[in-house]
Amino acid sequence: MSFSAALPDQAAPARMWRNRLLPYGLLTPAVLVTVVIVFLPMIEAIVTSLYEFVLFRPNAARFVGLDNYTKLLQDPVFWITLKHTAIWIGLTVPLQMGLGLLAALILNRQFPWRGLARALVIIPWALPSVVIALMWRWIYDANTGVLNEILLRLSIIQSAVPWLADPDKALYAIVVTLTWQGFPFFAVMILAGLQGIPRSRYEAAAIDGASAWRQFRHVTLPGIAGVLATAGLLRIIWVANSIDVIFVMTGGGPGYATQTLPLYAFVKARQNLDFGYGTTIAVMFTLLLGIVVAFYIARTSREVER
Amino acid sequence: MITNPPLMRRILTTDLPALGIVLLAIGPFMWMLMTSFTPQESLAALGVAISPANWSLDNYLRLVSRTSFLGNMGHSLIVAAGTTALGLFVSVTAAYAFSRFRFAGRRVLMLQFLLVNMFPVVLLILPLFVMMRRLGLLDTHAALIIANATVAIPFSVWMLTSYINAIPRSLDEAAMTDGCSRLQALRRVILPLAMPGIISTGIYIFITAWNEYLYALTLGGRNVRTVTVAIQTLIGEYQIEWGLLSAGGVVGALPATLLFLIAQRRLIGGLTQGAVKG
Repeated sequence: MSFSAALPDQAAPARMWRNRLLPYGLLTPAVLVTVVIVFLPMIEAIVTSLYEFVLFRPNAARFVGLDNYTKLLQDPVFWITLKHTAIWIGLTVPLQMGLGLLAALILNRQFPWRGLARALVIIPWALPSVVIALMWRWIYDANTGVLNEILLRLSIIQSAVPWLADPDKALYAIVVTLTWQGFPFFAVMILAGLQGIPRSRYEAAAIDGASAWRQFRHVTLPGIAGVLATAGLLRIIWVANSIDVIFVMTGGGPGYATQTLPLYAFVKARQNLDFGYGTTIAVMFTLLLGIVVAFYIARTSREVER
Repeated sequence: MITNPPLMRRILTTDLPALGIVLLAIGPFMWMLMTSFTPQESLAALGVAISPANWSLDNYLRLVSRTSFLGNMGHSLIVAAGTTALGLFVSVTAAYAFSRFRFAGRRVLMLQFLLVNMFPVVLLILPLFVMMRRLGLLDTHAALIIANATVAIPFSVWMLTSYINAIPRSLDEAAMTDGCSRLQALRRVILPLAMPGIISTGIYIFITAWNEYLYALTLGGRNVRTVTVAIQTLIGEYQIEWGLLSAGGVVGALPATLLFLIAQRRLIGGLTQGAVKG
């Protein structure tokens, strides 16, 4: 062998190494920033939850181990807010899904202004949560709100109802608002799923004499099952996390009537500046939500391999 | 075969239900729009003006002249644009790496970004507040941009990865046979082709950052007050001025809503892609 052939041989390992390291180099900025702004704060949160830490007395912070967690489990408000969180998710997500499915089935039919209708239906999704919350406070207003006015005219109610001030109704009033905010997301996702079902399946079912209902049960539903599961999991996480609408609408009140777990953490830290305990609630909430997140990640990780 | 159903039947079974859904979706916003056009005095006495004959721009004029709303729009613009720039800048190369290379740790890193996207705001907001206070960043644009980036970066990494996945690998290979290095192939071939995807991801980040409220409320303050926080301060001390508040809501929601309507086709395509495949 002449040494002219040895030159590329020496350069090759270097290039190979560079190519191997290149993806890591390309990933460095994103990973670095994420570590600094997400993972460090998260670790800080876990550490803070082990301290008794009130913001305006930073020098009095002291390590208390798991005391905050034992205190949390004995805190009656924790159990109340946990129950509200369950009701809140258990009602909102199915309602969003149901209304979204209905909207998608209608918008999937043929009519001349379909494009316009689809664009308009998604508007609630693009509105800021604050605007949505204030808008619905105005609709729900006990004295001059339009909801009471309509219901009074239709004689469905006999006297004006203070929707957000009544502890028995406030949580459900907010569920309605969140359903309105979130159903377009499902409609859009389901529409995309519906368009993925081949026409031939419906034609085959029609030839077999399947009724509209049976076509829906045996062709449409299986066709969009994957979308429903993915969108449902995403929405559970999203609805559980969304505290801005409740915060602006009622602030968790009256009393604790509309307080959910994450909102409790936020209010505790914001109003009492009790960061130690507030963070403990947040960590606890994250652990509970982690169960749903694990399901979602397991679903998605199959996709990543491709 | 499917024949054209008679018009009457189509209207009853399709157009009317569709109209109902559309009214349900935009009704509340329409109500707020009408409220914003009703002058304060007549709102208290007569309620919301349904007929355009009684409408006026009174609330909007007061909003511009008596409050600092335009300044708040400026702050929102800086924060949203900053978040978009930061989010896209660090995500493009990461997405390219995920799309084109198979390397040890790829799966874990990808799932890491997915996981970060699901972190509750409430878990991050308290330590971020403490960190920003320590660094003296409270009430600055930087604080809000950094906080919004916690959502924007993982989201755009995933979106851009799927956009770049749709560009054939043979194009990078062709560029590299022509003497481009990997990075040159990324810059000269992939970036221009991915531009529509990058723009729609950017628009999505912009909308989310514009609409964000909790971080803006907690990490902002007197100097940096975004639109979403400012709208809430329009609630009067003694009684709520719904007309003024509605005008603020309409103006505050307008940029994001318009941007969304312009880009919606492409945005929805990108967002639903993942779900339909899964």
